[in-house]
Amino acid sequence: MTACSPARTAGRLLTGEFTLADGRRAVPVFQLLTERYRSPEYSPEAVSARCGVAAQKIRRIAAELAHVAFERAIVHPQPWTDCGGRRHESMIGRPVAMHAMRGISAHSNGFHTCRALHLLQMLLGAIDCPGGFRYEAPFPRPCPAAPKPAGKTSAPGQPLDGMPLGHPCGPEDLLVDAAGGPLRIDKAYSWEAPLAAHGLMHMVIRNAWAGDPYPIDTLFLYMTNLSWNSAMNTADTTGMLTDKRADGEYRIPRIIYSDAFFSEMVAFADLVLPDTTYLERWDCISLLDRPISTADGPADSIRRPVLKPDRDVRPFQDVLIELGAKLDLPGFVARDGSPLYEDYADYLVRHERKPGIGSLAGWRGRDGGSDGVGEPNPGQLDKYIENQCFWKYELPPEQRYFKHANRDYLETAKRFGFIEKAEPIVLQIYCEPLQRFRLAARGHGAVQPPDAHRGRIETYFDPLPIWYVPFSEAAVDGQTFPLHAVTQRPMPMYHSWHSQNAWLRQILSHNRLYVNRARAAELGLDDEDWVWVVSHHSRLKCQIRLMEGVNPDTVWTWNAIGKRAGAWNLSADAPESTRGFLLNHLIAELLPAASTVRYANCDPVTGQAAWYDLRVRIEKALPDQAGNAEPQFPAVSRLPNMASPPGIVRDARMDPGAPGGGR
Amino acid sequence: MHPALSIIFFTTSSGVGYGLLAWIGLLAPIGALPLTRQFGAVSLLLALGCITAGLLSSTLHLGHPERAWRAISQWRSSWLSREGVAAIATYVPALTFAGLWLFDARNGGWAVCGWLAAAGSIVTVICTAMIYRSLKPIRQWYNRWVIPNYLMLAAMTGALWLTAVLAALDVLRPAATALAAAFVLAAAAVKLAYWRSIDQNSAGSTLASATGLPPGRPIRPLDPPHTEENYLLREMGYRIARRHAAKLRRIALGGGFFVPLILLALAWLLRGAAASAVLALVAAVAATAGVVVERWLFFAEATHTVALYYRGEAGSSVR
Amino acid sequence: MTSLPAPQPGAKKLGLVIDLDTCVGCHACVVSCKEWNAFGETGPLPEFGPYQAEPWGVWLNRVHTFEVGDGEDGRTVYFPKNCYHCEEPDCVTVCPTGASYKRAEDGIVLVDAALCIGCKLCSWACPYGAREFDEDGGVMKKCTLCVDRIYDENLPEGDRIPACVAACPTSARHFGDLGDASSAVSKLVAERGGCDSMPEMGYRPVSKYLPPRSIRPTRVRDERSEHKTAGGNGFLQWIDRVLSR
Repeated sequence: MTACSPARTAGRLLTGEFTLADGRRAVPVFQLLTERYRSPEYSPEAVSARCGVAAQKIRRIAAELAHVAFERAIVHPQPWTDCGGRRHESMIGRPVAMHAMRGISAHSNGFHTCRALHLLQMLLGAIDCPGGFRYEAPFPRPCPAAPKPAGKTSAPGQPLDGMPLGHPCGPEDLLVDAAGGPLRIDKAYSWEAPLAAHGLMHMVIRNAWAGDPYPIDTLFLYMTNLSWNSAMNTADTTGMLTDKRADGEYRIPRIIYSDAFFSEMVAFADLVLPDTTYLERWDCISLLDRPISTADGPADSIRRPVLKPDRDVRPFQDVLIELGAKLDLPGFVARDGSPLYEDYADYLVRHERKPGIGSLAGWRGRDGGSDGVGEPNPGQLDKYIENQCFWKYELPPEQRYFKHANRDYLETAKRFGFIEKAEPIVLQIYCEPLQRFRLAARGHGAVQPPDAHRGRIETYFDPLPIWYVPFSEAAVDGQTFPLHAVTQRPMPMYHSWHSQNAWLRQILSHNRLYVNRARAAELGLDDEDWVWVVSHHSRLKCQIRLMEGVNPDTVWTWNAIGKRAGAWNLSADAPESTRGFLLNHLIAELLPAASTVRYANCDPVTGQAAWYDLRVRIEKALPDQAGNAEPQFPAVSRLPNMASPPGIVRDARMDPGAPGGGR
Repeated sequence: MHPALSIIFFTTSSGVGYGLLAWIGLLAPIGALPLTRQFGAVSLLLALGCITAGLLSSTLHLGHPERAWRAISQWRSSWLSREGVAAIATYVPALTFAGLWLFDARNGGWAVCGWLAAAGSIVTVICTAMIYRSLKPIRQWYNRWVIPNYLMLAAMTGALWLTAVLAALDVLRPAATALAAAFVLAAAAVKLAYWRSIDQNSAGSTLASATGLPPGRPIRPLDPPHTEENYLLREMGYRIARRHAAKLRRIALGGGFFVPLILLALAWLLRGAAASAVLALVAAVAATAGVVVERWLFFAEATHTVALYYRGEAGSSVR
Repeated sequence: MTSLPAPQPGAKKLGLVIDLDTCVGCHACVVSCKEWNAFGETGPLPEFGPYQAEPWGVWLNRVHTFEVGDGEDGRTVYFPKNCYHCEEPDCVTVCPTGASYKRAEDGIVLVDAALCIGCKLCSWACPYGAREFDEDGGVMKKCTLCVDRIYDENLPEGDRIPACVAACPTSARHFGDLGDASSAVSKLVAERGGCDSMPEMGYRPVSKYLPPRSIRPTRVRDERSEHKTAGGNGFLQWIDRVLSR
């Protein structure tokens, strides 16, 4: 087969050590792979007890993966051309697909576990092939992708000189001061979390409270319930938000918060900017962010207002655009200082990130005849509305697979602005940017980590995937806290605000802790028992449900069902608060003190919050403790003039207080 | 099943009324009862009053009581409709019977009306019982003892009220007292047989048959479709603690059967004295109260197959 | 009339076929059903205490979650449940007013809200809990198989299916004529051993369930499952062999 002829040559170069023409020595990555993963440390026997899967079964699964990928390959009779210009008569599918979402990345070893999974996909050839993992536009992109995080030259009172989030390629891209200390309030892109591509939002309140790296006067938050289900720890965060200095001033003096709902966070705000709901505003699910693309082509969508707000609210995006203009921020004011955009709908249509590329990719160009790239089209939103609020571009069949190495696709991707050049996207087994950080830690280069962080950078910036015990798990006694505790999002209720939906609330108005049936029997626990769940940091009380389908060493519950009493305009005796609970009552923001530096409880590479590193034990509650969840916080007091919820909803369309849908 | 007070009152009260009407309609034409206008007026007023109050009460649990008249249309298929038809039809001979009696026009037609009213009463009680007896999803009702149970309890309470009226207006008649005592014993026997039957037979339907999942493996409910009680659970998922049920059965047996029997015996011993009338009345009241408890249990102990989906078994009691 | 229509050979029997193998328990069918029917001919489907301590409301479709088997054999089964439009439904025959009826032309079981007196007897007579009482309107509500959708010629033909079927993201719900042995749904039932819920009740549900398939591990050639102990080169040789294929 043509496709494999380069590999045939490569096959002979996989092993050993080579001397390059310039005299340097080189070792193929497969040699490194072999040495590492064939070591006893990574043998099925070594990991079997830890993951609760018998060594024999691990072998069987591995053999199944290989068998299916190589013996049961499927042939899709679709000719295509690779990036080397070679034509193939068909597409070879390796029908092995893996599903992983946020669970893995919610561990402090998550980055490397994700890399390990990806490595396995690469070895199996199950990358963007029929039956395998498939890219969705705007991906694949070269790694690391542009741009780099802005903020090196940031100063108080001055606008940032670029995008706040980005992808550092080496130590020189970090946002650190001369002493190696963090520049950002969340310490993202510092030596504590160098590749923090998502920022460390969960650490902002603690850092602001501690004045570390500096105090702030105003905290401005939008639609993130940072005192409750988005807090690493509810009680700690509540304490920090209300803590005062010796002079009587709050440690975080001013809090501005925008939310469409009366979430737990609202109670802490000095200024509330009431937002509209999804039904009352324009929104954009853009290819520049997290679009609705499928593997068969790029797609994006909008939400449009279908209800007129019946209360004094404004879409927060409109507010941001107006604030941007009032603050004279670049991109929001014209040369004469006048506002550039009327509102968010106007911004969606006219804002261009690069010439021809804006928030929406459909119906671009003056006449709306251009896909992906083109001049702003004043009638663009109408076109979206005509097409049920979405745009989709169907890739021609020959471009739908092997996108990283598919010549025609790469040209399409360049045309749409997904990539700069129509060049093959190299999948990195050996991750060079990681090695750059490691070399810095080993004393190479101009930008090196402060000594306190040196060891950590060297250990965790391994260019090949590694596994290590998650930090907070390693820091506590496994006998005392023998269980992992994790959450998952219920399918019908994705977010905490879904308890505002009178329908969804009936499906799930309180949560239980799910415990493996056999494990519960060992612990003397029965279905529906009330238990204390104890972490090294704090404890909570909840009701359990026994099930078979959970690992005996793991307990889990639904995410974000538990509410603070009185919040969300639910009655104070609502089951969400009397019986619902959050694992966030137990998680610690910081790792237990073990070294000179008190690190955040997150991944050392990406700074991703390690929600799932939680270790607990469960103890049966006393009989007189049954019936209500703990901890209970004082009920949130109602805002003045807040309407009481209706006692009966006959027709959700008629009752704006009860969003439920309509047609 | 949720014990709705309006239905408990309805079946108890109409049971008393039809029982009493049946006894009067059967016994008066053969001269076994006093034929005074006073006795006719009081006893028939009591019977028809209980029937009418019961029927009116039965409309209280309807979502649309004003449409209740529609319920007589589907007598071809529906026992509830048949009950309505029978109840209305029974009024015709019963009211004629009462009218002829009160206007001293007792003749052959009067006797026939009495017997027709008695027959209508029995048919109506059977229709009421069949409403429950025909419901396959509720095994405690889809039971051969349900019809004897309803008939016997109606006959018993009717006989006890007849005895009480006789004692108050006339004298305690040995035959009527013996009749009442006999039906107390018979009804108690039927009730015990019913309880024995529902305690022994187990549900034919299981979660395996409901889901079609292979029966060899355990099937357990993991999560319900909703976390709070809905209509199905409120209406058909009603549960009563086993120990409460046992206690209530003892109360129903004691109040409904044992106490009336003792009181009847006492009344018999004291016959002629004013106290005997009081004792007979208390016996009737106690039996009726016992039937209210029995009827409450008839609902509370009944389990519906819909509970299978929530609890894995239809008949599980509260721990 | 609450008497059942006389069975006609070859009569249309519309119903659902629900695949318990592919249902993932997302409740999309539940919410979609509510959305369509709350505002259609069946509505309203009211909510009681929607933001209070014991919220409840009228729904025509529910998803239960069960667990089958123990230990490693245990598996979670999601079980969507709405009216099966039975061939011999006692819920129809017990109705005293004629509000409940079964259509002769397609077998759909409906409630005429204008005739319903709200006696609840039909909900007692249904073994499956498919009928829910609207306490606010005083009438019984049930699945109509989206009768106001499946025959609506104003809708594109592909949309003339029940809302629950249209919403299912895993295509676990199928709609069609189970009276026609050659229909796609009938074939599916035949192929997959589709079954009735509580056949012992004798109601003869039209809608069927397809049981979960048993999981068989992939048969792997023995040599592949054996652990090579020849050291690094064995692995490399294997990669070489694979890449050279």
